[in-house]
Amino acid sequence: MTKSSLSSYDEMLEADGSTRPAYSGYCEWLKEQPPELLRRKSGEAEAFFRKTGITFNVYGNEDAEERLIPFDMVPRIINAAQWRRLSKGIEQRVRALNAFLHDLYHRQEIVRSGRLPERVLKGNKAFLPQMAGFTPPGGVYTHIVGIDLVRTGEDDFMVLEDNARTPSGVSYMLENRETMMAMFPELFTKVRVREVSDYPRRLARSLAACAPPAASGHKPVVAVLTPGTFNSAYYEHAFLADQMGAELVEGSDLKVENGRVAMRTTRGWQAIDVLYRRVDDDYLDPLSFKPESVLGVSGIMDVYRAGGITIANAPGTGIADDKAIYSFMPEIIEFYTGEKPILANVPTWRCSESDSLAYVLDNLADLVVKEVHGSGGYGMLIGPTSSQREIAMFAEKLRANPDNYIAQPTLSLSTVPIFTKAGLAPRHVDLRPFVLVSPQGIDITPGGLTRVALKKGSLVVNSSQGGGTKDSWVLDD
Amino acid sequence: MLGRSANGIFWLFRYLERAENTARLVEAGFRMALTRDAADASDEWRSVIVTLGLQGAYQAKFGNDYAGSNVFNFILRDRDNPGNVLSMVEQARHNARMVRTGITREVWEAVNESWMILKQELARTVTETRLGGVLDLIRRQSTLVRGAMEGTMLRNDIYYFARAGSFIERADNTARLLDVKYYVLLPSLSYVGSSLDNVQWDNVLRAVAGDRAYRWLNAGRMEARGIAEFLMLDGRFPRSLAFCYAQLRDYLDRLAVEYGDRLETHEIAARTHEQLKSQTIDGVFEHGLHQVIGQFIAANNHLAQQIQRDYRFTE
Repeated sequence: MTKSSLSSYDEMLEADGSTRPAYSGYCEWLKEQPPELLRRKSGEAEAFFRKTGITFNVYGNEDAEERLIPFDMVPRIINAAQWRRLSKGIEQRVRALNAFLHDLYHRQEIVRSGRLPERVLKGNKAFLPQMAGFTPPGGVYTHIVGIDLVRTGEDDFMVLEDNARTPSGVSYMLENRETMMAMFPELFTKVRVREVSDYPRRLARSLAACAPPAASGHKPVVAVLTPGTFNSAYYEHAFLADQMGAELVEGSDLKVENGRVAMRTTRGWQAIDVLYRRVDDDYLDPLSFKPESVLGVSGIMDVYRAGGITIANAPGTGIADDKAIYSFMPEIIEFYTGEKPILANVPTWRCSESDSLAYVLDNLADLVVKEVHGSGGYGMLIGPTSSQREIAMFAEKLRANPDNYIAQPTLSLSTVPIFTKAGLAPRHVDLRPFVLVSPQGIDITPGGLTRVALKKGSLVVNSSQGGGTKDSWVLDD
Repeated sequence: MLGRSANGIFWLFRYLERAENTARLVEAGFRMALTRDAADASDEWRSVIVTLGLQGAYQAKFGNDYAGSNVFNFILRDRDNPGNVLSMVEQARHNARMVRTGITREVWEAVNESWMILKQELARTVTETRLGGVLDLIRRQSTLVRGAMEGTMLRNDIYYFARAGSFIERADNTARLLDVKYYVLLPSLSYVGSSLDNVQWDNVLRAVAGDRAYRWLNAGRMEARGIAEFLMLDGRFPRSLAFCYAQLRDYLDRLAVEYGDRLETHEIAARTHEQLKSQTIDGVFEHGLHQVIGQFIAANNHLAQQIQRDYRFTE
């Protein structure tokens, strides 16, 4: 474990202990801050988050119904040149994802050409036959995307995961910045950091630009669909609706009437043009998917296919961020853009292929093995930190159902210091930039959400597994 | 706005108003109990339980033992009393979370903070030493939320539904307090005008924070008619029925203007308000105070239900 941190790339400090250029402005400021002040501010940040109610609910943990995601006040800093390159790579990837989705639900040229094996799609639950032959308004599938990046060296950024369903975390990106600006206003006069606060406005504009044919002639009515107050990301749903000036609706507020999806308002039923749904595909329409679902709207898929509403993200986008598909992303990018991928994938072994499976089984102690359809850090094996018994048990699961797994090397993720009682200490981080897609183009908010593993040496940054977050800065030129 | 959100904000303010009024009632009871001997103090606490309509639930747990600390803990925090003050505040906070997009950050923070503080304060048994501080806290948090509303909320339908919730609840609470005092608490009519009677009336006035105003207006004279008139018909006193209805009618009228639509709700509010305005205290006592109040409570409840129907609070 500690081995990984020793050999990791630290984003703030060079190997000789000197400060890297991106952090020079910050570190100059930091040197002048009395340690007691910083300690006090750290406590203030937590009180601030509790007061504002920025909490998330943890599944399967009733005692801790609402928990805070720990916030660390040392920012994660990316310089302008690095960000330019990242943006290009992200844009290319997101363009490819949308082209890929359109193709999958139409002619499937990529399968015909032999670049993607048909077996990956066959029986894949994330592929929705209901979407076949249908093009969403504006041709956009993934209105909001989160691309999870990890870094292993000065210029070595890799994509760990694409989140093309309903990526969350953007409210933390915004609140982390608010918190930093409230705590250390003078810092932002010393270091020029690119703005993130207009994300909700950009989101609203991007969603409105994807309005369906039925919305022509008026300003599109946008609503955010939440599963309700008990959902782990409820705070974010309310936050985004609030910031966009959109209604926050639940399934029980909606019904299909005269070919439109309408919400029950105090003045009567009002049609919705664009629904930013934070409800999974399965629960969206009991008539088309899970019949017992009460979180969605009966008949919304029919309205959707008839051009009566835009659903963001489009149903069926999950096929693009499936981990079985992930390993084909380099091919997918080349196929649709005709370009070499700017951002690399993390090397991935598909356990469905017998050679790879044999290699993975032989090297479990060094690998990270993930479920193809899993997320949130659940159901995975981190070889280097697991006991022999855990590894043996996992090997059995793997042999029984190899198609269900992929494996990746244990990456030596970059570190950024966090503020601890004993001073600054390096911890592993990742980065989730947020990307908006509309017919007007692809819009990437500078920075994103930095997640940080708070335990020394740990590589797991997921908030559901005790990770924290940092404010992420992209420096202005 | 969504019907569900209107429902959420309406009840958010009903719960907060109820929590505050409950705290005021306990405070008045506490003060009375302090100034009297043990047996009378226990009577006083019983009257607080009766006023809140909790005697069934209370007796199921404690029988006829009306020891002060049992009573106020039962009212404030006992899980065997589903309507305890802590759960009202919890419910209010839950609603605030649900309508988060309709309230300002300051209102949300005031409600959230109230819940955080009270949850902590009411996590353990409240002793007599702590009681004053706890009650003070409940009132102050309520004032904080009201101030945040007043100072930061846009005057639109959301605000009007919030205010309607507050005044429906306040009118109900004042009416019940008066009714219980007059109809239930006095052992018999021969007590009218007795010293017990006067203490009880003083208690009622304290529970609605009207003791000073009343004394100032009436040169300290305590008598049932004057107090009933003050609590029902005096439009200057912010917890009187007349005041609540003038406000209710005003906010509902603004809603009608905003929506361009007058509904059954407005007819009921106007009718009840006109009735209050045309009444004299002699007329009230001629009809029987209990009857008049009973009719008022029913009409108030009817209005609440009509608002929920007219504005599609539920499917």
